[in-house]
Amino acid sequence: MPDIQAVRPLSTPAVSPRVLVTAAGVVVLLLLLAYLVAFDQGAISQSGMYLHELMHDGRHLLGVPCH
Amino acid sequence: MPLTAGRTTPSYGALLLRGLLAGLIAGLLAGVFAYSTGESRIDAAIAIEEAAAPAAEPAGDGHHDEELVSRDGQRAGLFLATALYGVAMGGLLATAYTLLRRRLRTDSDTRAALGLAGAALLGIVLVPFVKYPANPPAVGNPATINQRTIGYLSIVVIGLVAVWAGVLAARSPREGSPEWLRAVAAVAAFVIVVAIGYVLLPSIDEVPDTFPASLLWDFRIASLGTQATLWTALGLAFAALLGRIGTRDRAARERSDIVAA
Ligand SMILES: [Zn+2]
Repeated sequence: MPDIQAVRPLSTPAVSPRVLVTAAGVVVLLLLLAYLVAFDQGAISQSGMYLHELMHDGRHLLGVPCH
Repeated sequence: MPLTAGRTTPSYGALLLRGLLAGLIAGLLAGVFAYSTGESRIDAAIAIEEAAAPAAEPAGDGHHDEELVSRDGQRAGLFLATALYGVAMGGLLATAYTLLRRRLRTDSDTRAALGLAGAALLGIVLVPFVKYPANPPAVGNPATINQRTIGYLSIVVIGLVAVWAGVLAARSPREGSPEWLRAVAAVAAFVIVVAIGYVLLPSIDEVPDTFPASLLWDFRIASLGTQATLWTALGLAFAALLGRIGTRDRAARERSDIVAA
């Protein structure tokens, strides 16, 4: 018989040191991505102000500080 | 017939993938909201800026004068910005879910996902918005961009600390304390941390007296709605994708039960 319980909660992976290290790396990359969209003024993108200007409406509407 | 796997255990990679996908969906939806409610306000603000430009500083001082990207390009870039921002936030939400799931004290994955997204909406959108509300182009002073960015990031951190303090306070009363007491403790801790942040951080008001108040209001509501759309959609999409892991694994288990029987 299949179990009757309709929904089983997922358990998450145990937070092993390996998961922690991976998560730390992922967080750094994701924060870099958020920085590029929301705060970069040409320093990281290496394309002058192009990416900044391209995503300019988004920056203002996402509510991050801009010029 | 004993069930071998009592609970499904997705890997961090599986959770992360779902967070990134949920973030992409949420970012695009937020882009649609931003486009339909915000673009006309940005155009209006730019028109005001340009009308005032000849009297003000010469070209080259503000980067808006350089015209690197056309207005049409920026309208398309809006979707790129919200999509990438959504992906980043979705990945962070999935990581927080992985690290904190066991501490959330709920059996419901949906509640866990929505609770984290709600905490983020409160801590990194609503708390910062009250202190440093969004401004349309033509309002900020380029000379203060560093100060405004540091202030904004500080209030984001304080907002997250305030939510965390609220959760801790809700759990601190003794076992069996009434629910209202936990709620009061949570709200008090949250408000105290936020109030400290608001008092310590500098206030910045760079809106020119001549800027139309209704346009400013409409822009700020569009901005707040964009973030609210992003986090609401992100929480719901992530919860939905998590639900699908559970369903798929349950189906697989049932199949294996039938084979075993
Ligand atoms: Zn700018």
